[in-house]
Amino acid sequence: MAAAVSDMPGGPRVNQLNIADPVTRIAADQHWVHWFLMVICAVIFVLVFGVMFYSVWKHRKSKGFKPATFHESTSVEIAWTIVPFIIVIGMALPATRMVVEQKDTSNSDITIKATGYQWKWGYDYLKGEGEGISFLATLSTPREQIDDRQFPDARSKREANPTYLMEVDNALVVPVNKKIRIVTTANDVIHAWMIPAFGVKQDAIPGFLRDTWFKAEKVGVYRGQCAELCGKDHAFMPIVVEVKSEEDYRTWVEGKKKEMLAKQDDPNKEWQQAELQARGEKVYASNCAACHQASGKGVPGNFPALEGSKLVLGPQEGQIEILLKGKAGTAMASFKQLSDVELAAVMTYTRNAFGNKAEDGIVQPKEVLAARK
Amino acid sequence: MSAVLDHHDGHDHAHDHPHGWRRWVYATNHKDIGTCYLWFSFAMLLVGGVNALLLRSELFQPGLQIVNPEFFNQLTTLHGLIMVFGAVMPAFVGFANWQIPLMIGCSDMAFARMNNFSFWLLPVAAALLVVSYFVPGGATAAGWTLYAPLSVQMGPGMDLAIFAVHIMGASSIMGSINIITTILNMRAPGMTLMKMPMFVWTWLITAYLLIAVMPVLAGAITMVLTDRHFGTSFFNAAGGGDPVMYQHIFWFFGHPEVYIMILPAFGIVSEIIPTFARKKLFGYSSMVYATASIAILSFIVWAHHMFTTGMPVTGQLFFMYATMLIAVPTGVKIFNWVATMWRGAMTFETPMLFAIGFIFVFTMGGFTGIILSVAPLDIQLHDTYYVVAHFHYVLVAGSLFALFAGTYYWLPKWTGHMYDEKIGKLHFWSSLISFNVTFFPMHFLGLAGMPRRYADYPMQFADFNALVTVGAFWFGLSQLIFLWAVVKCIKGGAKAADKPWEGAEGLEWTIPSPAPFHTFETPPVVK
Repeated sequence: MAAAVSDMPGGPRVNQLNIADPVTRIAADQHWVHWFLMVICAVIFVLVFGVMFYSVWKHRKSKGFKPATFHESTSVEIAWTIVPFIIVIGMALPATRMVVEQKDTSNSDITIKATGYQWKWGYDYLKGEGEGISFLATLSTPREQIDDRQFPDARSKREANPTYLMEVDNALVVPVNKKIRIVTTANDVIHAWMIPAFGVKQDAIPGFLRDTWFKAEKVGVYRGQCAELCGKDHAFMPIVVEVKSEEDYRTWVEGKKKEMLAKQDDPNKEWQQAELQARGEKVYASNCAACHQASGKGVPGNFPALEGSKLVLGPQEGQIEILLKGKAGTAMASFKQLSDVELAAVMTYTRNAFGNKAEDGIVQPKEVLAARK
Repeated sequence: MSAVLDHHDGHDHAHDHPHGWRRWVYATNHKDIGTCYLWFSFAMLLVGGVNALLLRSELFQPGLQIVNPEFFNQLTTLHGLIMVFGAVMPAFVGFANWQIPLMIGCSDMAFARMNNFSFWLLPVAAALLVVSYFVPGGATAAGWTLYAPLSVQMGPGMDLAIFAVHIMGASSIMGSINIITTILNMRAPGMTLMKMPMFVWTWLITAYLLIAVMPVLAGAITMVLTDRHFGTSFFNAAGGGDPVMYQHIFWFFGHPEVYIMILPAFGIVSEIIPTFARKKLFGYSSMVYATASIAILSFIVWAHHMFTTGMPVTGQLFFMYATMLIAVPTGVKIFNWVATMWRGAMTFETPMLFAIGFIFVFTMGGFTGIILSVAPLDIQLHDTYYVVAHFHYVLVAGSLFALFAGTYYWLPKWTGHMYDEKIGKLHFWSSLISFNVTFFPMHFLGLAGMPRRYADYPMQFADFNALVTVGAFWFGLSQLIFLWAVVKCIKGGAKAADKPWEGAEGLEWTIPSPAPFHTFETPPVVK
């Protein structure tokens, strides 16, 4: 049926049957322990069901078999309590060593914070080479490949895309053979950061820090997805990690730092409405459109419309406050991770788009900056 | 005292009961209430099944074709809630109502009116759940586990779900009190605890589990409710709460809950295997002890659902060891069933087929359970389709197959007719094969890393998902065969003997078929 589809580089193979090929020692251990358990289970399976189906076959009334009368044997009962107990201990021994290894996040070379947002990931390089780098990673598969109802040719487009749903605009980049500690947290609800090839999965919990680690032994691109139900676009916030050689990583860090410097805006600059609106449209598309929709009409019952919204058309303070603080008990999270310019731009955009015409249509970055304090 | 005696004198009045709809709404007879429970749970099985088929339709191929992701999440959530609280649990209570008085030789359940109330709460709760699809924002989409803070974000559908679960919890608690009281106080003279049928034993233990954990669930969802509306911060870090605490409380209920759904199934299978093997149950007392051990262990394993939340090493290890231990008593049960079959004289009527099918597929679910209990490996498999495969193997092929087995087994007693063996066997083989077509490929999807509760997935998972959807429709439609078999049996069929199964033992086979409206008004004496 999906003859055109090829294996995903760094992701699942077509009709893959087993765990992803390991690129860390932890994942390799998981592979091994999985086979170990499978063999034990297979032996028990054959023994127990061998006996059962032999009995089903032989001990039939239709073959004139007369029922035996035994129904008790303390020694047999003790034997089949103790034997499984010993088998279980045999399983627990290698597992114990692995738990200790997986939880040892000490002495990392690089520490990166991964923050789950509805529905994207944010990365902050906290310690080690690359410190200070921070960016957001959003699904880069376009809507035109996903939604068959809106886009009739979506199917052929996604069939031509081997990384469908497991690709992002900014991949997390790390050096090979270095211990990377990932600290997870979240902005709104619980998410989970997962890369099968690394054998890593860690919930990202709002308001708390948790950590995990990996040391990738092979250069390449590795893919995973959010693994904890986090709302409507749960399936659309993948994780992509690029493992680079040490030199390539250094080059990437330098490039990324220059890029961030160039992007830095002066919050005190007085901006023109057109500038803000153009910038705001982009911010809106990557942060707001998932819920409030590109049309600004929202999803009735779930996500309010911005078109004609009292809050958007009202005084600026109200809109600034909800963007900085979010609204408790709803899906509207705080967006304080965006810069002052980005927030000012997106507010300016919403106050003038979708047929909106707010009184004071321009929000300047410095007003956002003032409200943050 | 004289009033009681008077009542006994006016014996005939007790046989006078309302007819028409009043018979069911005012029902205080354990058989009528049992029937209500069973029909209700079958209806809920179909409703939950339609949810499942809708979401499987969306997953038939990659991309979004039929439902949008918001609605998809509502479907997965309500599928889970309806199947657990609407289908499986009430079905077992239905069996308890019908069978416990017949098996321990008493005239009715201890609290007849409370019995009526516990049943009639259920349709109310079910209505709340179904109606929640139509409120603004739709039904809750937080998953059946209703994890905070996602559940705090939901619309009014979430509040309806919370109330529904509260009501169903109240119903379960009342049902359990009734069952415990009946079993402990109303057994026929001579029936000591260790002479009770296994089904009664498993229900006694299950009822204690229910009383212990349903209030815990009620507490958890009440905290969600107050977080939503009354400004508390139980699960909100900004107010000093902790989202992970919700999971601890939920799974302190949730893990015993999975045994609540499987222990009575063990009981049913333990009645059926000896009957059709024409040989006494092997190791009766060890079966009782194994059931009790499973129940006790179920209270100290809850955090194996939470290995990826980031527990400390000691926490991971404790919950891993405790979980692995459950394999021991569960293994004992399976060995005992096989030993019961060994050198019996077996025949393979539909109840026996479902019971053997139960052992076979339930054991496969047990194996994946062992694999998932290994914390370092669970990190890889947690929240993937592997888990979905695992719990459907133990819940569908476990609980549901046992419910089918029990229905075919006792249907002659309930209706007075034999069911059609051909239809029963067709139902069994169709269900067994389609069940495996549906759920076996999910193991591969999970190992390959496909997360659960996904409305859309990478192209590489397409073939298995298509196969799963085909299997799901086949499995769903197979259940109409069951409906056909039951309806046909109610309407007519060969007259059932008082003891239609050659090898059956127990008090329920000493009364006529169909069981008269009142039975055991004078308690039988058990030697």
